[in-house]
Amino acid sequence: MSDLPAPPAVGCRTAPVLRERGQREVFCGLTGIIWLHRKMQDAFFLVVGSRTCAHLLQSAAGVMIFAEPRFGTAILEETDLAGMADAQDELDREVARLLERRPDIRQLFLVGSCPSEVIKIDLSKAAERLSAAHAPHVRVLNYSGSGIETTFTEGEDACLAAMVPALEATEARELVIVGALPDVVEDQALSLLAAMGIGPVRCLPARRAAEDPAVGPNTVYALTQPFLGATHEALSRRGARHIPAPMPFGEEGTTRWLRAVADEFDVPDDVFERVTAAPRDRARRAVAAQAETLRGRSLFLFPDSQLEPPLARFLTRECGMTAIEVGSPFLHRDVIGPDLDLLAEGPVISEGQDVDLQLERCRAARPDLTVCGLGLANPLEAEGMTTKWAIELVFTPVHFYEQAGDLAGLFARPMRRKQALGLEAAE
Amino acid sequence: MKLSVWTYEGPPHVGAMRVATGMTGLHFVLHAPQGDTYADLLFTMIERRDHRPPVTYTTFQARDLGSDTANLFRTACLDAVERFDPQAIIVGSSCTAELIQDDPGGMSETMGLAIPAIPLELPSYQRKENFGADETFLQIVRALAEPMERSEAISCNILGPTALGFRHRDDVAEITGLLREMGIAVNVAAPMGSSPADIRRLGAAHFNVLLYPETAESAARWCEKTLGQPYTKPIPIGAGATRDFIGEVQALAGTDAAPDATRLRQPWWAASVDSTYLTGKRVFLFGDATHVKAAARVARDEMGFEVVGLGCYNREFARDIRALGKEFGLTPLISDDYLEVETAIAEAAPEMILGTQMERHIGKRLGIPCAVISAPVHVQDFPARYSPQMGFEGANVLFDTWVHPLVMGLEEHLLAMFREDFEFNDAAGPSHHGGHSPRPQDEAPAVEAAAEEGSMPSEAAPTGGEVIWLDDAERELRKIPFFVRGKARRNTEAFAASRGIGRISIDTLYEAKAHYAR
Ligand code: SF4
Repeated sequence: MSDLPAPPAVGCRTAPVLRERGQREVFCGLTGIIWLHRKMQDAFFLVVGSRTCAHLLQSAAGVMIFAEPRFGTAILEETDLAGMADAQDELDREVARLLERRPDIRQLFLVGSCPSEVIKIDLSKAAERLSAAHAPHVRVLNYSGSGIETTFTEGEDACLAAMVPALEATEARELVIVGALPDVVEDQALSLLAAMGIGPVRCLPARRAAEDPAVGPNTVYALTQPFLGATHEALSRRGARHIPAPMPFGEEGTTRWLRAVADEFDVPDDVFERVTAAPRDRARRAVAAQAETLRGRSLFLFPDSQLEPPLARFLTRECGMTAIEVGSPFLHRDVIGPDLDLLAEGPVISEGQDVDLQLERCRAARPDLTVCGLGLANPLEAEGMTTKWAIELVFTPVHFYEQAGDLAGLFARPMRRKQALGLEAAE
Repeated sequence: MKLSVWTYEGPPHVGAMRVATGMTGLHFVLHAPQGDTYADLLFTMIERRDHRPPVTYTTFQARDLGSDTANLFRTACLDAVERFDPQAIIVGSSCTAELIQDDPGGMSETMGLAIPAIPLELPSYQRKENFGADETFLQIVRALAEPMERSEAISCNILGPTALGFRHRDDVAEITGLLREMGIAVNVAAPMGSSPADIRRLGAAHFNVLLYPETAESAARWCEKTLGQPYTKPIPIGAGATRDFIGEVQALAGTDAAPDATRLRQPWWAASVDSTYLTGKRVFLFGDATHVKAAARVARDEMGFEVVGLGCYNREFARDIRALGKEFGLTPLISDDYLEVETAIAEAAPEMILGTQMERHIGKRLGIPCAVISAPVHVQDFPARYSPQMGFEGANVLFDTWVHPLVMGLEEHLLAMFREDFEFNDAAGPSHHGGHSPRPQDEAPAVEAAAEEGSMPSEAAPTGGEVIWLDDAERELRKIPFFVRGKARRNTEAFAASRGIGRISIDTLYEAKAHYAR
């Protein structure tokens, strides 16, 4: 990693954190369904919620995936609020109808929402009962994606964590890659690991229920997303061991992530070198092309997906940007510790949000690039700022070597566009 | 409990947001969990608004439940008033807050605010978005408007336009212009474009022009009763309805001044021989009741179409649509279940759909062209150009928009293919266009193969034999979204040729990608 600055002596792991508890401008965990239902090809996500929940999913999906998607909302009505016994019966009926119409479904997730939690509809009881009723063809699990419990990507975490206790037990020494990656990215990771002779490798979640990994005391796992704190805990409770590493974003992140896994499997240096040299070099060149636009520019990240600390690490170290504030809805220190170690001291690290105060800080700092949610992007652009909407980061393949250039490109494009349109804010 | 995938209307508090976001000087304090803030993006992204909606969400969390959610509301309310300095606030609950029964309305009244705090009842488990807008506007008008002296010159208010409304921006401009030509001033257009101060002077107008009954009929009725203002009934969508509207305005205003109708081209465009092919086109109408009622008349009397089915999603107006059905000899469909709508359309087998964005997708699956006539809105429904539905220019626009999908059907499908792309499954695209039987997306491999062999044959064709694609590189190529796959293939081959590489491996593919990346 000769081109990169040396890792900072201290880093941000122990930096003071600005904790905010005001109005938050973030999605709830239901949003994860938008990508999870594409990843798990035989799964259906049934939200037990309100018209608001259905509307959120529809708005987040942007009416993109109109062909009957593998998710839906059982909308609670006045009658359901009156007597709870009804709600369980109604759920049985809706599920039976759904499974009859979709015989291809092998896993059904009952997803809790704010309303279902406030009126205490017991979805774990429902999942048990429905599992028994529809076994062995369909496995029914439940988790909460509610806005009172989960923020945006925490929905995926809750979903994967709910899957862990249901995974079969094994004594085998296996590697599990954790996090819902786009198939093309997952395949790249698997082929790099295979080339180093590491295996067998399994993925959580798998594309189909039958391919889900087994887990036990000889399982080791590596996380590919920084927001998987609960899944991480659930896996360690099953006796599996975590391989701490920076997230595989950018050339450096990917190399360090692979190195950590390779060390666990005693891969010799020359093998590691042989397998990674060419894609590393490509990744560096691809990032370098985009970094021309980013170098020396300042960066402000609003809290959104928890990807913010690793992204700040990538954008500062590999793309030469300066971070002013790195916000995150939540900091799972034992997951993103290695990323924080690499992030040089300086930026404000904030956790949680008070959106109006944060907007004031952002306006005062006038960053060259602001990464924020869809609700804030256009209003900030109208004030002359340049923004990158954060949701694209979870909807686009951005992990590992071959996507490193694309990842940098996501941030460079709004800046280039502004230049192309001659809209560079008059100073 | 009712299983729903796509909905025509959001919850009632989204309707309240549409009212608040259209106005200035008004702030909405909404007791709601954090995820409900998604609604902001409807306004900032779909409508491309350059300001955040004037909404403060309390964003309570599980740990706040049972302890201090009420306190949270109080603080949020006080902070919002101080920060945004509004002339009035509206307060309400989303579906979750409704369950915890903090009574924001009651609280706001006892907080001693120096400005009016208007409480909203938004029953989330019974009603929907249009109700929320209509109810919110009514409560604001009730709280602020009072009988007052009429303006000296004849004037009217325009009632109904909201943020995120289907072409409201341009309809208001068109109708304002039309009224001006008749010598009638617009006193206030509300809610969109007005402030609480403007609402206070609603009573100065001599009568009201109600453009959107879905969002303002209750307010129009209240004004009629309390302020003594009659309101117009015809909705000026289409040439005939615009003439009816003008007649009613003339009667209410006591004038025979007429607007300049030379801009109205639609009747001649429809009469022109090149429109002969439109004769008897079988159309299916679906949307909100007001737009469907208007479109039915335009379709039959001004375009020469045959209406073979119609319906609306808002039950509040079911009676109107039943009457319309009787007039057209059809059994109307009153439903907000898009699967039912899809079935009805498939059975009616129309040649064109006049519907919402939902029917546009249904049309795509069934291979039937569709023009959009009603909310729910999509980013496409906010064109940069002037494009009203109402008045004379509106009639011209209707002609163009309804004819467009008929001649441009194929292009529409192609555009849709691109818009439908989704990172995990590009094969979803081709499955939407063409075929009459919907294909579940799970059959991705089969569909993908079809895409390779059928719809896009050229990219899979052998390219001359100098370069060979190794199996794994070929497989990798197929993972690239189909609409850039052809380009990726050509670029990689050109790259390989320029380097004298005869066999393309995964490495070559990505080398080429890196090469062309700048
Ligand atoms: S925040 Fe709660 S009520 Fe709102 S959409 Fe999310 S789960 Fe549903």
